[in-house]
Amino acid sequence: MSDGQILPSGRVLRYAFHERLIHWVAALSYLYLLLTGLAFWSPWLFWLAVVVGGGTVARELHPWFGLVFVTAVVLMFRMWGAQMHETAVDKQWWDAIPHYIRNEDEQVPTAGRFNGGQKLLFWGFFWGGILLLLSGLVLWFPNWIPWNLRYLRDVAVIVHASAALITIGLFIIHVYMGTAMERGAFGSVIRGDVSANWAKRYHGIWYKQIAGDPNVRK
Amino acid sequence: MSQAGTEIIRVSGHAGSVPGAGLNREFQVCKLIDTTTCIGCKACEVACLEWNGYPFTQTTFDNSYQTMPDTAWNYWNLIRFDEYEHPDHGLMLLMRKDQCMHCEEPGCLEACPADGAIVQYANGIIDFQQEHCIGCGYCMTGCPFNIPKFSPTARKVFKCTLCNDRVSVGLEPACIKACPTGCLHFGTKPEMKELAETRAAQLRDVSGFSNAGVYDPSGVGGTHVIYVLHDATRTEAYGGLPANPRIPWTVQVWKKPLKWLGNFAIIGGLLGVFIHYLRFGPKIIEGDDEKPAPTPSASQQPGEGGKK
Repeated sequence: MSDGQILPSGRVLRYAFHERLIHWVAALSYLYLLLTGLAFWSPWLFWLAVVVGGGTVARELHPWFGLVFVTAVVLMFRMWGAQMHETAVDKQWWDAIPHYIRNEDEQVPTAGRFNGGQKLLFWGFFWGGILLLLSGLVLWFPNWIPWNLRYLRDVAVIVHASAALITIGLFIIHVYMGTAMERGAFGSVIRGDVSANWAKRYHGIWYKQIAGDPNVRK
Repeated sequence: MSQAGTEIIRVSGHAGSVPGAGLNREFQVCKLIDTTTCIGCKACEVACLEWNGYPFTQTTFDNSYQTMPDTAWNYWNLIRFDEYEHPDHGLMLLMRKDQCMHCEEPGCLEACPADGAIVQYANGIIDFQQEHCIGCGYCMTGCPFNIPKFSPTARKVFKCTLCNDRVSVGLEPACIKACPTGCLHFGTKPEMKELAETRAAQLRDVSGFSNAGVYDPSGVGGTHVIYVLHDATRTEAYGGLPANPRIPWTVQVWKKPLKWLGNFAIIGGLLGVFIHYLRFGPKIIEGDDEKPAPTPSASQQPGEGGKK
């Protein structure tokens, strides 16, 4: 398993190459889906479709990027799904969320490889991705839906928009935390490593696991 | 597909004003279809193809006088034929000329995300502008009458224009021109409505069709194509004409409350994280801000080097 390892420098490898690659396949395809999807969402944002090649091109490519994104999500599920089950520490972490928001991190319990918020993000994108895929397939081929099954189209438009909004909310928080809020997090998903102090502070249970502390392994 | 830009009063997927806003001089046009005097000759189908330049396609024989099962992207006008066993009138041969109804509150336009792909003219005609169509097919979802049809080759959606190109130069639609029985009429909405009500009253009072009536469904704000029916309480018998057509509620929720809720949430989220940064700033591990330990080996780790 790609749980991470302590590097000879003392820094900690948090995400292996294949994890970072899949993350960025998902991230970049999601970005395209977001821009074109927002163009279809509101007339005030239709210019976004023009920027990425025009409305017709956007409509042609959006579903294909959707398949790329869902594929990346499925690969993430295979990589990380087993590590994303909620634990007792995650419940404590959520209880301490006001401290986390106020950057009072010493009052926040240290987490395993993924904290409660990351697990929420993961499952939000996983289930959101499934809903987007199913509704998106209907929206991809509306002319294949016979008239007596038209409720599928009716349901698809609202499910697709709702699921997309949920992922957008998660996406805003994720990008903010990964780039601006939590120093060191962006490096972990670009170059792969974090400092030992970072790992101990935020993911101390995980750090002890990969450091080989036998008392921590379950 | 006309150039009558200044008479456009509503535009799909459009931010900002429309050129014909507040325009009041145009007559509201209307097509009246009297199903009780239609003989199903299909002259209107032929005239529609002729005028719009579409080729004749293979017809489908299904033990019916109907040309094909459904309208198509290049076959906008279809007489739906039904043998209907009416409890009072016995076997009836129902013929309904099916085409775009040109709704006053058009579901296609409501659902369309492409700027200018669907327009509503001041005279009531709903027209698709294929050069702006992106081929998403949302109009097919918005329409309660199953009218917009997708062309797999053009990857655009097409439908009846109510011969906007003819009407805009003072001609009547091609189907009206071709009808030999006079069951099709074209004029202003008030005129046609009056004519239809007169005919319906005649059917009730003279011909014994006690449920005869006019079909001008209010669920879509009224239509610019109206029917006289022998029995207005059995609209479904006429080739599935919906009794109370409405834009699907999911489309209405999607385009109104969900849109505003979503916009509010997205803008709120962006403002929220910005204000959070101003108020609380980043999380920083003291003296450890991403800088690697200054050991010589730090830059030599396979695959993980190059830190700063």
